[in-house]
Order: sequence, then structure tokens, then C-alpha cells
Amino acid sequence: MLQRLLAIMLKEMRQLARDRLTFGMIIGIPLMQMLLFGYAINFDVRDLRAAVVDEAGTSLSRALVGDLQASGVVRFAAPSPSVADLRRRMSAGAISVGVVIPPDFERRRLESDRAAVQLLVDGSEPTIDGVVRGLTALTVPARDGVHRSGTQFFEVRTEYNPERRTAVQVVPALIGVILNMTMVIFTAAAIVRERERGNLELLIATPIRSWELMAGKLMPYVLIGLVQTTLILVVGALLFDVPVNGRLLDLYLAAALFIAATLTLGLVISTFAKTQLQAFQLAFFTMLPSILLSGFMFPFFGMPRPAQWIAELLPLTHFVVMIRGIVLRGAPLADLHVEAAKLGVFLLAGLAIATLRFRKRLD
Amino acid sequence: MNGAAPAIVARGLSRRFGNVLAVDGVNLDIPRARIYGFLGPNGSGKSTTIRMLCGLLRPSSGTAEVLGHAMPKDAERLRARLGYMTQKFSLWDDLTAHENLEFMARIFGLGAGRARARIAAGAVEYDLERILRQRAGTLSGGQRQRLALAAATLHEPELLLLDEPTSAVDPQSRRDFWESLFTLVGRGVTILVSTHYMDEAERCHRLAILAEGRIVAEGEPKRLMNDIAASVVEVESEDVATARRALVADAAVRSVAQLGTRLHALLDPAAPAPAERVERLLRGAGVAAQVALVPASLEDVFVAATGFRRSAGDRPTNAG
Repeated sequence: MLQRLLAIMLKEMRQLARDRLTFGMIIGIPLMQMLLFGYAINFDVRDLRAAVVDEAGTSLSRALVGDLQASGVVRFAAPSPSVADLRRRMSAGAISVGVVIPPDFERRRLESDRAAVQLLVDGSEPTIDGVVRGLTALTVPARDGVHRSGTQFFEVRTEYNPERRTAVQVVPALIGVILNMTMVIFTAAAIVRERERGNLELLIATPIRSWELMAGKLMPYVLIGLVQTTLILVVGALLFDVPVNGRLLDLYLAAALFIAATLTLGLVISTFAKTQLQAFQLAFFTMLPSILLSGFMFPFFGMPRPAQWIAELLPLTHFVVMIRGIVLRGAPLADLHVEAAKLGVFLLAGLAIATLRFRKRLD
Repeated sequence: MNGAAPAIVARGLSRRFGNVLAVDGVNLDIPRARIYGFLGPNGSGKSTTIRMLCGLLRPSSGTAEVLGHAMPKDAERLRARLGYMTQKFSLWDDLTAHENLEFMARIFGLGAGRARARIAAGAVEYDLERILRQRAGTLSGGQRQRLALAAATLHEPELLLLDEPTSAVDPQSRRDFWESLFTLVGRGVTILVSTHYMDEAERCHRLAILAEGRIVAEGEPKRLMNDIAASVVEVESEDVATARRALVADAAVRSVAQLGTRLHALLDPAAPAPAERVERLLRGAGVAAQVALVPASLEDVFVAATGFRRSAGDRPTNAG
């Protein structure tokens, strides 16, 4: 019994080591995704290209420009001589934000019913407007002895990620997204490939049991998943300074549980698909809802109810909660037992469905 | 287990795929320690029958008992006593010959010592020693087939089911392969082999000819040739085309097959003096030819048994 299980595992690992494409995917997909999400997909907008028309030219107006630059949200290109030039540069797409400081800036600053400074925003890009509107809280230069026309009421502090860096929010959950993507694809193809190449007919005519075949195919990938997890954590720490605040053991336990649950999803797909192409299509079919609904991109509680119900059925949703808890909030695994239990149920149900659906017959 | 009991007994074995009746009421009594052949064209139900016998397909009706195990209910207990070679090479292309054998040995639960001994013995017996480290995907047709037979016999099964094992193999390798089969039979193994080669069918101890899912003739090859339900007349002529036209027009001629400058004509056994009848027909057409009544070949048996439908290049049957 154990011998057959080990035989399947050994065979899978040998084949895997010889399959350069799959082997490349094990390393390549995490690296590519990390760089993609870590660098390109950025929810905190910084370094918007901006230009200023300073018609006042006072020390205070220059101080204002300095404050804006220091916020990091905008980066100033060469100043424009006129508002018309500013608009031309914006329409050409050279800048997204224009700052117009009128000649009577000093006087306007003291009048609370008129804005002292005008911000021109390129409304054609979706997120920029909102970001710049957030800037308005900053634009009131508060200098000693000067009347403040707007008092800041709230002081905002962001816990666990004080610098509000997207990478910190994204990378831990990205472990889940990447594992979800690669694990489902690998196992979805695992059984179908044997069927397509004709190996399965021989295999099912031997004394092997269904569960031995399923478990033997699954286990090598748990190892591979943990290797990927390590890779993501290391790259996250090196490139994006993502800390691990919780215990590493908790992290790996949670990851192993999630990997196994995701693999069974792939196995179930494998028992439905007739060809590898179908298996890949089905795998992709589960991927998009996982990425969109799991809370990786949008807050779970902000989604409409039906979307939440679907999200509850996806293993990634539960893993995102666990991994953010462990990596960022330093939560012990015991505090996350509800999510862990849900993943466990998913794993057992998936294994049962896959084993029951797999028949050692051709009809 | 009673040694005298047949290895395989099937009664009314049938299998339907949708509207197609792939196997239709097959009865089998396959004796032990013999090579039993299934001869038939593609689609005659050979593979489907073999798959039902090893429990991979459920029969739509009928029963099969293999080595005393009722199929498909008791299939799991049969597996350890059965060796199966699929039509298509089904070991793993990306594993070496040795790794494939090692894997199959483990799957069949051979202990490490016995596995080593059986793999070594198989390597010698099937001439695999030089290719053990080679990936299976790079082997030639003959090498693959020897490897597949070695894998199927690692666990010393009592019964071997071989589904068209020689379809992708050169003639010399086929001869060697059959030598190996007779060696196995000498050790008491029962072999069921399907083929569409006449010469292979002739080597079997017993033979079933299948057509459209039915057994249309069954027995020892020699007896089948003697008992053929047709008269076989051989015609040798310079003008084969005219001779053929003259023969196929006759009501008693069931089929005509060409072999070089010769024709094999199968005539209704009820027609008296078949050779004279053919001579008369040819004279009438003005064709000079040598005509002789000859013993039937297995191919003649096959053509006669499959309803005269397969006489190469001939128009379909003109028999009523």
C-alpha cells in the first residue's frame, strides 16, 4: 500500500524533473507574478507627473510647491509659463496634474471663501482624480503665524503597514494567488495527461487503488508549493521589504493546508476533463473568481452578498485571511482556526469527490 | 485452483456504445496454458472484448469469468494475477526502461529483492540489457514491445491479455516476440492475443475470428482451414483483369482475391465441380489460364467467415 503510494510519488517527481516547461513554471510563475504585482500593480499612486504655473512667485508659493513635492504623490517637471501651456502639456499626456498658483495667491490664502490654489487633474485616468482630491488636505500651507483656512480634523494612522505600501498588503496574499494558479494547473493536468498519453489504461489494470493514485500524484506538489512559498517570501523580503511578523511554522502549516486544498480542486477538475486543454480551461475558469473575490484585490466585506457567498467557496478567500493575519498582524495559527477548519473541510471534500469520481474503468 | 478448468469462460458477452453494438453475444472457453487468438479487422470488437475480460469495461449483458473471478465485480482480485498489454504503448516515455520496470514492479507489490531479480531476468529474456538506461520514448517499435512484455510479466501472471501487440513492429521482431510467447506458454501461462495478421493467427493453438462484434468462426487454425465452407480455386493467368471480371459475374463465385498473377476464387461449396466450372467461365471469356483446386489458406477462411465482404479490391459480395 505504502509502496504503491511511494512508487507513484517517485514517478511523478522523476517526470516533473524531466519536464522542463513545468519545472520552469514552478520558478517562473512566482517570479513573474511577484514582479508584476510588486512593481506594476500599485494601489498607492506616487510620482504623478505634474507641472506648476507659479504666477505669484513668492517665498510662500515656493514653499507650497516644495510641500507638494515632498508628499511624494506628485513629481514636478519643469514649470510652465502660462495656464495655456499647462493645458497643452496635459492634453499631450506629458503631465497628469497641473498646479496653478494665481498672482493674488497671498491675498486669496487669507480669504476662506476662495480657493488659494487651483489643481488641474487629468480626468481620463481612473484613479488619479481620487488621489489628487486626497492631496487637497495637504495643500494648505501651514506656516507659523498664518491663519489656517482648513483645520485637519482627523489624524490617520495605518496599522501594520504604517508607510501604506501596497507591496506589504499584496505580497502575502500573492502567495495564495500564485499557489492557487500553479497548483490547480499542475494537478488538473496530472490525471488527464496519463489518460491522453494512454498510460491510464495500463495503470488502472494494475492492483493500484484510486486513493493511492490520487494521493501519490498530490504529495509531490505539496512540496513544490512550499518551495514556491519560500521563494515568494524571500523575494518579497529582498525586493519589497515585506516582513514576516508571525511564526514561520504557522505560515508553512497554513500554506501546506491551502496547497493541499487547492490541489484537490485540481484533481476534481482532472476527473471531469477529457483532455489537457479542457483541464486548463477549467482551471482558468476557477482562477479569475479566486483573484477577484478572495479579498486579494477588494475587501471581502465591501462586496455584495452573492459575491461573498461565492467567495466563501473558494479556498483562496480563507487563505488570504490566514496569511495576512500571520505575516502582517503576527497572529498565531490558533487564532485562525475557523479559516483553517474551512480549508480542511474543502480538502477532505475535494479528495472524496475526486476519489469517488475516479473509476478504475474506461466506461 | 483447478488446473483443468478453462482460464476464461464467457457467455453471451455483449457491449453497446450508444447505438453501436460493439460486441454481440460472444461465448468463449479459453483453455489454460494455450495461446488463444482473436483475428478480426479493426472495429470487429477485439479490444472491447479484451477490455471486458480484464474488467476495464462493463458488459451491457452476458457474463465473463476469468481465472475463476466474475468480471467486472471481482476485477480487483484478478489484477494481481493478470498481465495486460494495451494496443498502444502505454509505459511512460519520459522514464527509462529500467525506471518503467521498477515502477511496475512496485505497483504490483513485488518486494525489493524479487523486483531486482525479476527485472534482471526480464532484461536477459527480452534482450533489454543494453537499453535499460534509455528513455522509453526513444526506443524502436520492437524494443518498446519487448519492454512492454517484460513489464507485463514482471509479477509472473497466470494470464496475459495482449491487444494487438505486434501492430507497430517489424517482421523479425514479430518472430522473436512469438518465440517469447511460446516460452511463456511452456511455463503454463495462458495467453489471449488479438491480431489482424494471418501468419500470427495461424500460430495460435486456437482461434476465434471476429466480425462486427460476433465470433463467426472458432477452432484450431488447421481445422478451420480444412472445414472451410467454400471451394478454393486458384487461377494463374497473364490477363488477370479479364479473368477476374469473368469470375465475379458468376453466381457461384463468392469472392475473388488477387495475389500477383494469381487469383484466389472462393466458390459456393454447394456448386459441383468448382475447378471445371471456373475453367468453363474463363474459356467463355477467352482467357488462357491454369486452374487448380487448392487447400484453403487462413486468409480464405477469414474471407469466407466474414461473409465475403473483405476480398481485397473486389466489389461487395454477389452472394445472395
